[in-house]
Amino acid sequence: MARIMSLTDAVAENVRDGDTVAMEGFTHLIPYAAGHEVIRQGKKDLFLVRMTPDILYDQLIGVGAARGMKFSWGGNPGVGSLHRFRDAVENQWPRPLAIEEHSHAAMANAYEAGAANLPFAMLRGYVGADLPKVNSNIKSVTCPFTGEVLAAVPAIRPDVTIIHAQRADRKGNVLLEGIVGVQKEAVLAARRSIVTVEEIVDELSPPSPNSVVLPTWAVTAVAYVPGGAFPSYAHGYYPRSNAFYIRWDEIARDRQTFTAWIKENVLDARPEDFARYAATTSAKVA
Amino acid sequence: MTDFTPTEMMTIAAARALSNDDVCFVGIGAPSAACNVARLTHAPDITLIYESGTVGTKPDVLPLSIGDGELCDTALFTVSVPEMFRYWLQGGRITTGFLGGAQIDRFANLNTTVVGPYDRPKVRLPGGGGAPEIASNCGRIFITMALSKRGFVEKLPFVTSMGHGEGGDHRERLGLKTKGPTRVITDLCILEPDTQTKELTVVSIHPGVERERIVENCGWPIKFAETVIETPAPTETELSVLRDINARTKKAHEGAGPGKEAA
Repeated sequence: MARIMSLTDAVAENVRDGDTVAMEGFTHLIPYAAGHEVIRQGKKDLFLVRMTPDILYDQLIGVGAARGMKFSWGGNPGVGSLHRFRDAVENQWPRPLAIEEHSHAAMANAYEAGAANLPFAMLRGYVGADLPKVNSNIKSVTCPFTGEVLAAVPAIRPDVTIIHAQRADRKGNVLLEGIVGVQKEAVLAARRSIVTVEEIVDELSPPSPNSVVLPTWAVTAVAYVPGGAFPSYAHGYYPRSNAFYIRWDEIARDRQTFTAWIKENVLDARPEDFARYAATTSAKVA
Repeated sequence: MTDFTPTEMMTIAAARALSNDDVCFVGIGAPSAACNVARLTHAPDITLIYESGTVGTKPDVLPLSIGDGELCDTALFTVSVPEMFRYWLQGGRITTGFLGGAQIDRFANLNTTVVGPYDRPKVRLPGGGGAPEIASNCGRIFITMALSKRGFVEKLPFVTSMGHGEGGDHRERLGLKTKGPTRVITDLCILEPDTQTKELTVVSIHPGVERERIVENCGWPIKFAETVIETPAPTETELSVLRDINARTKKAHEGAGPGKEAA
């Protein structure tokens, strides 16, 4: 059964140095507040997993929390490069970053294989592409029925998956809706999971019978963190701050402005500051 | 005739490549602008699909990311990302993929991964994302990129997604049954693969563009088809639709944002 606890305790208990950590969110519902708590608690040597590492992973890489990353697209969507990620790969600053690079289709399939307790995923993928030449975790498998050769990648099994969702009930059942990404698979593939939520309610009252519900017995910890996805967004609660994503390009381009931003907004802040930060940041950057 | 920029010409020429019957996997940036201009002009019933899982979207402003709320709010339906890649893309339900890239070669292979060696890159780019499988699993591929020596290169340092590989029947030899890139739309001209060699060949030149400019801006000795036409200039309607959506998008993205509603 999921325990409803503070964000500080949820991260302290469930994220350990050296862990393989997936903080998922396909543009929507990205767990920024939880990622900032991971930075604040000084977690080390993490192996980060995410299909679309964007600003949050740029921050984790920039502070040196990551030893490596498995990913399929690492950029600031619609804006350009992730400068901290590039600095790590191109100049090994603040430390080298071992990368394991896949395509979206392979990552999505690999999470699904993890959730399904399978050792690997297969797909019609990577035909004519160079990634298999530089990633030894992309192999092939022959169909026993037709002889067709398909791409194979290992299942993703994170030590801990962290996501953000719209709401949970008091038992710890969690509801997500809108663009649901790969979050359900990432939670079910993981040994432990933390879900931060906008609201804790008596009844989930799903507006649609097709909403994604993660039952309390499949989740480790739930933390109430309103605004916890900002500057990404929570469908039905607040929109994405595209202005912040544009502004991040300037903040992250330079090591000093990045470090100053992290100090002010993450290291010297507390978890409960996050809602206030979320409420004021877009005004500040406009 | 109203004045227009090369980028406007490129976007409108790309939009014209699409029809009402297309089910189109849309990349962010120029492809997204082209697809939505098509939807708002001659192809109102086109189905636009973004890799975040939104199917049949009709955004009022262009999304900054592939998962902006606007896309889900206006979608016919939204599916999980594994479902998007497994059932809809790999399942062969998407007729047209629309891609951009940092670099392209004469056989329409694309690079969005690295410039320089993979292990010690000069420039680390975002990576392939959905492109490797979009390129092989969509019925056909359109590509839109500004023509420049930096982008149109003799040899790619890295093939992120395959176009026509080494040319000729390379795709068939690898077992691919889809057409691959059938058109590359630039800011100066339109290229299509030669029917036999699959080398990209100029088939249409935008108004006011000299052949020399095309030759000078391409990183390989570019070929011209026997018959080259002039791309029809943008119409008033096409231009006003494109400018309106760009103005709405600019306003939406630089606004104060959601802060006040966040807490």
